Parts: sequence; structure tokens; C-alpha cells
Amino acid sequence: MSALSNAVAQVVTQAGETAGLDGDALKSANGASSAGFAYGLAAIGPGIGIGYLVGQAVQAIARQPESAGQVQTTMFLGIAFTEALALIGFVVFILLKFV
Amino acid sequence: MTVALSTQPLSILAAGGEGGGLKFPPVENLVKWPAWFLEGTVFEFNKIAFINFVAFIVPVVLFFIVSRKPAAVPRGLQNLMESAIDFIDVQVIKPAIGPDGKRYLPMLLAMFFYIWIGNLFEIIPTAHMPANARIANPLILAIVALVMFIGVGVKHHKLGYFKEVLFPPGVPKALYILVTPIELLSTFIIRPFSLAVRLFANMLAGHILLVTFSVLCITLWGFQILNIVNLVAFPMLVAFTGFEFMVAFLQAFIFSLLTAVYIGGALHPQH
Repeated sequence: MSALSNAVAQVVTQAGETAGLDGDALKSANGASSAGFAYGLAAIGPGIGIGYLVGQAVQAIARQPESAGQVQTTMFLGIAFTEALALIGFVVFILLKFV
Repeated sequence: MTVALSTQPLSILAAGGEGGGLKFPPVENLVKWPAWFLEGTVFEFNKIAFINFVAFIVPVVLFFIVSRKPAAVPRGLQNLMESAIDFIDVQVIKPAIGPDGKRYLPMLLAMFFYIWIGNLFEIIPTAHMPANARIANPLILAIVALVMFIGVGVKHHKLGYFKEVLFPPGVPKALYILVTPIELLSTFIIRPFSLAVRLFANMLAGHILLVTFSVLCITLWGFQILNIVNLVAFPMLVAFTGFEFMVAFLQAFIFSLLTAVYIGGALHPQH
């Protein structure tokens, strides 16, 4: 993974040098590009996870509609736990971009 | 005309260009709020503090009015507040703690209303800022939840609670080298941290989403031909406002549900 981000940083650095950016602007450009990568990668897993989770919950409710309340509560719990990863990715995005 | 057409779309992407460009408000607007009064003291009062006060006072006043003249057959406001209590009881406490969790209802109800009304200010015009998009707010709430579930565990199982958590029964002795640090980390550090970050990041992301679409709509308004994009952008803004209304409720619900789950886990550590 670090190889990928290194490659991205290199491309950004080269593009910045050709565009005549100074050190500070280059640093923020690097931060912005790695921020995009961080959030994009962090969104993959939770995306798959929440999709699978809600799909299974819908199936469970369709098979047994009377258990809908119980299934829904458990589904929200599962979503909350899965989603946390994506949200930590979002926080990392903010940290890389603005701090 | 052709020159204007070919340069305008470019200049709208290049921030700070000659033709205006998308000008996002600086991120300091999110983290530095001008003081209304008592500037420089600990009691500095700003918009976030005001929203917090509203979120704290509104449920208190509503429940107080209702409890003044309780009727056996609830009507109007009393009906609303009773169904709110019933919602917390049936949807949060029953599945998460069980029948013996009714004594935690006041705390969870207060938590739910405080978070929900604080979140609702995300879409209330002229406010447009969820109080929980500042990390201090969810952090305090998460610490309350942490102290609460540790307190419940210690009250009901004495110091055996920590033994139950750190050395879960039914695990081979040799595996405790692995299990104990993981349990220590996940129960006492990651739980409150993820609880706080979940609420904070959800509200902040929603706020930034709405700001992005608002800035887009306002910017496109100045470009005659590109105004067509507003036909898509503005309905999206309205739709996301509706979505954030749902998220505000859902996050309050999930926060109180997870707190209830942690309390339930401390109350009955076996499952």
C-alpha cells in the first residue's frame, strides 16, 4: 500500500515541479491526494460490508416478517459497527487535508 | 460568446480564478466560532453553546409541561412524549438490556433527545450547524457512556467485572496472552472512541455535504448557461437535506442503542 501512495506522491511532486509550485503548496497537494486515497480505500470495505449486511437483513425480514423489529435493531447495530471504519477513514481524510 | 463558453467551465473549477470559481468557506469556520459574550473565559458563549442549551432545555420543558397534568388517556403533547418514551423502551432497552433495563430509561431518553435536537440544528435554517459536529460534544457523551457501563459492571459484579471482561471464561489459558490486551483495548479505549467518532464524523460529513451543494448552487447561479446544472444540483441539495434529517434521528438512535448495548453487556457479561 505504501508503494502505491509513494508512487502517487512522486507523481504529484513531479507534476507540482513542472507547474512551478513551491514547497508548501506541494505539501498540501500531496496531503490532498493522499487524503483522497485514504478515504477511497477506507470506503471499500465498509461499502461491501454494509451492502451484505442490509441485504441479509432484508432477506431475513422477507422470510419472517414478524421478526422485523428484532432484525432491524440488530441491523442498525451491525451498520454502526461496520460504518465506524469508513468514518475513521473520513477523519483521516480531514486530518490529511486540513491539518 | 464562444470564448466565454469555453473558459467559463474551466474557471469554475479553478478555485480563485478570474471568473469567480468555487469558493469554499475556509475550514476555520468549522472549528473557530466567534464568541457571543464572556469572551476569553471558560464560560465563553457561542453558537454551539447556544445550540447545546436549546438541546438541553427543549426536552426538559416538554417533559415538564406534560408531567404537570398527566391524563390517564393521553392526548396531544402527552401522547407524543409517551410514544417517545415507549420508543426508547421498546426499540432500545428491550433488545439491548432486557426487561431489567428499565431503570436506565431516563438516562438513555435524555441522551437520545439531547443528541437528536443537537443534530436537528444541522437542517434548521439560520442555524445550519449540528452541535455534535464539534468533537467535544460526542466525546463528553462517550465518556458518560464509558463511566456508566463501567459503573454498572462494578456495581453488579464488584471487581469481578474486570475479570469477566479481561479474562473471558471459556478461553484456553494460553490464549489470554492474546485475548487480554485485545479486550482491554477494545472495551475501554476503542468503545468510547468509536462511539464519539461515529457521531462526530457522521454529523460533520453531513454538514460538509450540505455546504458543498449549497456552494455549488450559489456559484452556478451566477453563470447564465451553467444555471442548467442547478436543475440537478438544487433538487440534490433538497434531497440531501431530507437525508440529513433522517441521519440526525438515526445517529441519536444508534448512540443510545450502543450505550444500552454496552450497559447490557456490563449487566450480563456472559452473553
